[in-house]
Amino acid sequence: MSLEVAWFLLVGVLIAGYAILDGFDLGAGMLHLFVARGDGERRQIVNAIGPVWDGNEVWLLTGGGALFAAFPRVYATVFSGLYLALMLVVTALILRAVSLEFRGRLDSPGWRRGWDVVFAVSSFLPSLLFGVAVGNIVRGLPLDAEGEFAGTFVGLLNPFALVTGLFSVAMFLTQGAAWLQLKTGGVVRERVLSAGRAAWTAWVVLYVALTAFSRVAAPRSWEAPPVPAWLAPLLFLGAAAATRAMWGRGARSTAFLFSSAAVAMAVATLGAAIFPNLVPALGDPARSLTVGNASSSPLTLRVMLIVALAGMPIVLGYTAFIYSRFAGPVALDEHSY
Amino acid sequence: MDAVWLARLQFSLTVMFHFLFPPISIGLGFLVFLLETARWRTGRDVYRRASDFWLKLFAINFAVGVATGIVMEFEFGTNWAGYSRFVGDIFGAPLAAEGVFAFFLESGFLGLLLLGRKRISSFVRWFAAAMVSLGTVLSAFWILVANSWMQTPDGYRVEGGRALLTDFGAAVFNPSTLPRFAHTLSASLCMGAFLMAGICSWLYLKGRGSDAARVSLRLAVVAAFAGCAFVFVSGDRHARQVAHTQQAKFAAMEGLYSTQKGAPLILFSLPPTQQGPREGPEIVITNLTSALAFGNFQAPIRGLQDFPADQWPPVAVTFLSFHNMVIVGNLMALVALAGLVLLLARKLETARWWQRVAIAAVPLPMIAIQLGWTTAEVGRQPWIVYGLLRTKDAVSKVVAAPAILFSIILFSAIYLCLGGLWLFLLGREIAHGPDIGTRPDAAGEDRHVA
Repeated sequence: MSLEVAWFLLVGVLIAGYAILDGFDLGAGMLHLFVARGDGERRQIVNAIGPVWDGNEVWLLTGGGALFAAFPRVYATVFSGLYLALMLVVTALILRAVSLEFRGRLDSPGWRRGWDVVFAVSSFLPSLLFGVAVGNIVRGLPLDAEGEFAGTFVGLLNPFALVTGLFSVAMFLTQGAAWLQLKTGGVVRERVLSAGRAAWTAWVVLYVALTAFSRVAAPRSWEAPPVPAWLAPLLFLGAAAATRAMWGRGARSTAFLFSSAAVAMAVATLGAAIFPNLVPALGDPARSLTVGNASSSPLTLRVMLIVALAGMPIVLGYTAFIYSRFAGPVALDEHSY
Repeated sequence: MDAVWLARLQFSLTVMFHFLFPPISIGLGFLVFLLETARWRTGRDVYRRASDFWLKLFAINFAVGVATGIVMEFEFGTNWAGYSRFVGDIFGAPLAAEGVFAFFLESGFLGLLLLGRKRISSFVRWFAAAMVSLGTVLSAFWILVANSWMQTPDGYRVEGGRALLTDFGAAVFNPSTLPRFAHTLSASLCMGAFLMAGICSWLYLKGRGSDAARVSLRLAVVAAFAGCAFVFVSGDRHARQVAHTQQAKFAAMEGLYSTQKGAPLILFSLPPTQQGPREGPEIVITNLTSALAFGNFQAPIRGLQDFPADQWPPVAVTFLSFHNMVIVGNLMALVALAGLVLLLARKLETARWWQRVAIAAVPLPMIAIQLGWTTAEVGRQPWIVYGLLRTKDAVSKVVAAPAILFSIILFSAIYLCLGGLWLFLLGREIAHGPDIGTRPDAAGEDRHVA
């Protein structure tokens, strides 16, 4: 495997890691207004993600850094092209971080309710916009001869991208529900389960709809797939079905593993749809940014591969340790949020 | 208003606001680590209470630092796409390494330290504090690698309009990385120490000086003095490096226009201009700049007139920010020295005049740090990568001025609220103090103090 392809996969792994981990944070943020009533129940939700959300968000920062390091032209084109959308995402992520951190610092109900709403909205907006961005990339971005974005903000709000946005909202809602079932109890968990089932249905239906829609809206994503075209969808549907089945049996931990696998397969579907492009160009395929023409030099890719292979196992090791310290339903103490 | 100017405004606004917080995290993180070490080794409860208190402040500060840091990670691509294309082969790697080696470490272990204290042993708690502090230091290292490469690029060749990596070690340890890393860490230690000293002084003046305030105050005074000493040593080393590697910037910092042997040190003058020095009262020491920069009173130093005018940085801003940084640094050293003398004379807890000074001195390191970064970044102009790429050629061509203006307004509004909330929440925690609201709970106590 060439270094460029290895980095295509590694960036994909970072995106999948982000979608699995911060996906449940974002999902919990969107769900909490609906599944938790009163401050005590809300605190269960906030503390279900409290110790880990910040580390989960680092997957996004590292993914951004890795994209910059491995495929600088993609980083430059996509981030400058999707300027306004990204500014909104960043704004939402700022508000989300402070709403989590500041919510519990005052004992006033008004203060907490205010931050609860901010938390929900600022979890919803990135979930939607990440999907819109991905939808646009699968569909292809309008690029000029230099590989610069040549479209408009309004042009990004096309039907295919908007459906992808809804898909990612449904995905994170499902993933959030799968996580919260491990961390909550009693009536909250029952509400989470029924919300999770609704979100799951929307997620699977939207996956099928998007796949069909892409035949029309992104026909190039069906050409020359790197793996058999049915593979990722099959694995996705299998993992999603297993999630639902495990919920039915009350096997909540297994269900969370399956929903995480389904999220990873959704990201894999994306990768299979665009490979060997990172950004397919709308119209003229010769303008596309590919693993070949957008990557860094072999030396940089090799150095970064060493950094990733040396660093990430350590990260995964202590992350697993930290998660294990917080295993089981939320128990509030005086240090909690 | 043109897009280049707006993009620069946006970057300076977001980066200056962001960098209010990391020095506090680095400095306070290290001081918490020292308190945790004392707690772990001695098992005395006073260290636990002190550490718990400073951790609360650390957490509020860290949250704002992270929130405002997210912007920075994306801003190179959104606003500086030309730059990203030119340097991506080199600049992206330290950013990714910062994520892998630093961000995961500090955020992961901070979560454990803040919310999992009851679930971990005394040793793991100490270890988590050590990892949080290490994470902040590694983060500073990698981001300074990236920024130092913009100041003194090394280990690269330019080909097809891109800088390509040829030697990773040389790019990481380019001529300015280590001097700037040392200078930034010592300034951050000052920041944490002055903040701690100011807060403890306030507690004493309010008659709430307790054992936790006492150990913190003593630690802070020693750290402030050590920090100031390191700031001077590393600052001297850094300035000599600039004199060797960024001569136009150095000339602007010192306000030197003509190339001369035995260049004087200007202690005070009216701000110089892009046209030349301004006539007026000044205090200069002959030959001293040559001596400080090159260790020789007669060493020649190139003045700005040796460089084409289109390669001059904005002289007045570079000169003023540098000189005022030095002045503020000297004030800090005086405060720290007085504190150390009082500590040795065992009068620190009763010297109310010094405690008032220490409260007033809390913003000093923050001001000095902002001025120092202004010197570094404005002095680098008109280059974004020194000598290789001009700032005006580095912006995103596809982002129009109104879009940048919109985001500037958006961020200004949010940052104003964030800054206010940060002050308000810090103020609340400080008012609670280290000893009010701590419930000696038996279960936690046994484990922690064992």
